[in-house]
Amino acid sequence: MTERKIRVLVAKPGLDGHDRGAKVVARALRDAGMEVIYTGLRQTPEMIAEAALQEDVDVVGLSILSGAHMALIPRIIELLKANGKENVKIFVGGIIPDEDAPRLKEMGVTGVYGPGAPTGMIVNEIRAALEPAA
Amino acid sequence: MVQSLAESILSGERMAIARLLTQVENNTPEGRITLDKLFPYTGKAHLIGVTGAPGTGKSSLVNRIALQYRRPAAANPKQVAIVAVDPSSPFTGGAVLGDRVRMRDLAGDPGIFIRSMASRGSLGGLAQATAAMVQVFDAAGFDVILIETVGAGQTEVDIARLAHTTLVVESPGLGDDIQAIKAGILEIADILVINKADLPGVEKAEQVLRGMLDLAHPVEKVFRHHGQVMVIPGSEPANASLWVPPIQRTVATDGTGVGELMAAIEQHAQYLHQSGDWGRRERARLEVELDGLITETLVAQFRASVSDARYEEMVDCLVERTLSPWEAVKALLNRGT
Repeated sequence: MTERKIRVLVAKPGLDGHDRGAKVVARALRDAGMEVIYTGLRQTPEMIAEAALQEDVDVVGLSILSGAHMALIPRIIELLKANGKENVKIFVGGIIPDEDAPRLKEMGVTGVYGPGAPTGMIVNEIRAALEPAA
Repeated sequence: MVQSLAESILSGERMAIARLLTQVENNTPEGRITLDKLFPYTGKAHLIGVTGAPGTGKSSLVNRIALQYRRPAAANPKQVAIVAVDPSSPFTGGAVLGDRVRMRDLAGDPGIFIRSMASRGSLGGLAQATAAMVQVFDAAGFDVILIETVGAGQTEVDIARLAHTTLVVESPGLGDDIQAIKAGILEIADILVINKADLPGVEKAEQVLRGMLDLAHPVEKVFRHHGQVMVIPGSEPANASLWVPPIQRTVATDGTGVGELMAAIEQHAQYLHQSGDWGRRERARLEVELDGLITETLVAQFRASVSDARYEEMVDCLVERTLSPWEAVKALLNRGT
């Protein structure tokens, strides 16, 4: 067997209704050879943690435009841990104020990306984050 | 370690199931050893395949079927696993697996486990590891396993060799009566589903499928022609041991017709048990699996025994037309000559 495929869950927690950005990222990760499980809009933290467990993903990518990230992300991290997914790498994209990014990283988020982030950078940082495990 | 993984699967631990599915999908030694241990516990689940062209509503239908098996009114709700296959890119090997988008109604139900998988280069509508992943769910005690193929064209018929009951999903406007008599996907249907039955063209779609079934299973027809009653006898007497695929109309988005579809699935399962087909299909499936593994193993052994240089040399001979492909095979198999 060749190298293990990177599996990524791409989800949009919360109530905002635009998933263009999430789809662009999903597509870019696909083109980088990853397997992307796309779950669509309006996911609850519980749904995301459950899907991450069932799909046994290496990475969870969350897209949040609503401003609710400081409430949603700690809850998702807590539920992922409860599901035994404490090793999963979490990446966040969307509208995240600069001052929140360090706080998210303290909670355990690996990467935070705003509008205009090059998709190649996201791909590289996902690969780098999984390097020691692979 | 390995022993405990098998035990965790048998007791239905979801984390262990998820991890083993990954091992099995990647064909790791640990995955194979655990599967060996679990194999005696398989063979109990009802495997239901769902196939059809892209966009006919397979995922939405799987969502509805799973809901029906789980609804509280059901006398004993069944444990349902779903394996959903989507295509891998032939260029990058990457994939977007989007079947869960249609299955959000199933979230939060501990009696349901959904796993998406990429086809990883397989061409028959399933991935190489799909059958093995189904065995994991079977051993873990799931009563029903729904297997959704990639959006299938005409020849992605592997599902019929894996599933006990195969649903072929059509929708109005997909093809005329010539499409319906071609060989391939329609032949493998145990149940034909016309989804999106609220769209115009549903009558025509059913008529075309009905016509195709009549050719395969002629039944007695009585009709009026020039004022006379005419009878065309069917070629087969009404025979309870013959399964004629029923045509079910559904609207997966609102659930119309899904109750009737469930009844047809149940009838098919009963027919398989009464006619002995269940056992025959089981045997045929295991035979195909054995054949596949023999081929895979022999090819791997053979390739390991031939140096890359020697192999490349043969390809060069083919390019220069100094050997034919058959001669090259002979030369490689009889090393030394």
